[in-house]
Amino acid sequence: MMRGLAVASTLIVVLIALALFMRSKPILALKPLTTLLFSTAWHPSRGEFGFLAFIAGTLWVTLVASFIAIPVCILASIYLSEYADKRLREWIGPFIDILAGIPSVVYGMWGVLVIVPLVKNIIAPLFGGYSAGYSVLAGGLVLAVMISPVIIHISVEVLRTVPSDLKQASLALGATKWETIKFVVMKRAMPGMIAASVLGLSRAFGETIAVMMVVGNVARIPRTVFDPAYPLPALIANNYGEMLSIPLYDSGLLFAALLLLLVVIYFNVVSKMILSGSKWSLYYNG
Amino acid sequence: MDKKNNIHVRRLEENIFKSLMVFSTGAIVLALALILWTVIRKGLPHLSLGMLTQAPKSGYYLGKDGGILNAILGSLYLTGGAALLAILVSLPVVLYLNVYLKKGSPLAYIARFSFDILWGIPSIVYGAFGFTIMLLFGVKSSLLGGMIAVTFLIFPIMSRSMDEVVRMVPGELMDASYALGATKLETAFKVVVRQALPGISTAVLISFGRGIGDAASLIFTAGFTDSLPTSLLAPAATLPLAIFFQFGTPMPEVQGRAYASALTLTLIILVISVAARLLTRKFTKHVV
Repeated sequence: MMRGLAVASTLIVVLIALALFMRSKPILALKPLTTLLFSTAWHPSRGEFGFLAFIAGTLWVTLVASFIAIPVCILASIYLSEYADKRLREWIGPFIDILAGIPSVVYGMWGVLVIVPLVKNIIAPLFGGYSAGYSVLAGGLVLAVMISPVIIHISVEVLRTVPSDLKQASLALGATKWETIKFVVMKRAMPGMIAASVLGLSRAFGETIAVMMVVGNVARIPRTVFDPAYPLPALIANNYGEMLSIPLYDSGLLFAALLLLLVVIYFNVVSKMILSGSKWSLYYNG
Repeated sequence: MDKKNNIHVRRLEENIFKSLMVFSTGAIVLALALILWTVIRKGLPHLSLGMLTQAPKSGYYLGKDGGILNAILGSLYLTGGAALLAILVSLPVVLYLNVYLKKGSPLAYIARFSFDILWGIPSIVYGAFGFTIMLLFGVKSSLLGGMIAVTFLIFPIMSRSMDEVVRMVPGELMDASYALGATKLETAFKVVVRQALPGISTAVLISFGRGIGDAASLIFTAGFTDSLPTSLLAPAATLPLAIFFQFGTPMPEVQGRAYASALTLTLIILVISVAARLLTRKFTKHVV
């Protein structure tokens, strides 16, 4: 019986994919995949389901978040594992981990109260643009803060696995600490850092509530980071009420969920493959 | 002198990057602290005993009396039920992987791999999946529906965290148990579970904390209501959605309550998270 349970739980991923696929079949049977993915015509009541604007919205927000979070997090994790003294590390590490548990709706609230006005009143005018505040940039900034704990946690773990013999050998040859990090530590830790970033990215990709509250939810392909966007998860979450009253709408939304699922599985498998062989095993213990 | 070997240039480079690192670390810590500060500053003035002990009364969303007891209870019931269901599945699975299977078994590898993937699946997808299951069985938006979705959401978190601690149970301990004539089942539940109990409790707490804060998986599945949860099959209010809906209204009084609700939820989660940490630290001292 325990074996049955173990095998069954292993198959949950397949079960989820299958269930979503079955529910998206009606729309896949009627519309060619290329229309669904590459058309911007979104009029569910007229039977037009083009997801391009939503896919573009998701990509924009995810890329902006990664662009901000990845360099900052890698620098921070190098600092925490190589430079910071033990006491500081023992405070900051748990602090970041615990705050990672703050629910996304609270991140979203903070985004509306702090980040949206910041984008509207300070950042956009600074670059000579206009923004209502509810924009790709606001979504990206909130997401960047949200995914930082994940990236830092894993990166610090990865850096910890670099053998100290290697560092000492480099220091003994006269390299400065930074040169040691640049040429020895980073070389060794690079795959792990990439995996950490990919995992952070996949977290950003599927985040719903926090993003939905700050990106503006306008179904148009954004042209600048100051434009609003409408990512896929927000589309799903916003339309649960009416989706059963319009034909094919529920099928369309579950197709969107299937898309999210497949992309996230792909990200996770890639990062897992990069990391396989390295010592740590738990992604994230928030 | 060769510029590349100039120690001053090299030091300068080091200092530039070091200040960038300090700046990055500071920025992240500051951003996270700012979130906490925003929630406390906005929420504290609106938090009152009445908010925590009353359900919404009529006209609540226009600024009249009432509280968020419906959402607090709904969240506790829903997440508690989900955590219980998740334990019922996770514990046997984790014990099976670690006690019954040999080291390096392909099933164990595949199971861990698939739990890791499940962990990464966004909660909105669990919501959509939970919704399709509910349609299949004819369940409407309800406490039960939300419970199912959250069970799926926290199952991988719980299993992977439990797995990490059960794995640490020394093989000698199990050997000693077998030598005394205990079966694998007895060894698993009486020796391994007891040894790993603090870690298992931490895993449960972590999963509970993750489950109670999630909104996206509940939008389709749990619904929302102003009355206290009484039935598994009736819609249930939850804290994250209560925050979301109240925050979305234009009335300042109602928004104030959203802040207070956010503070309540954040406090619950922080307490759970800190408790989980202390539990690990305190009990690992006395384990064999």
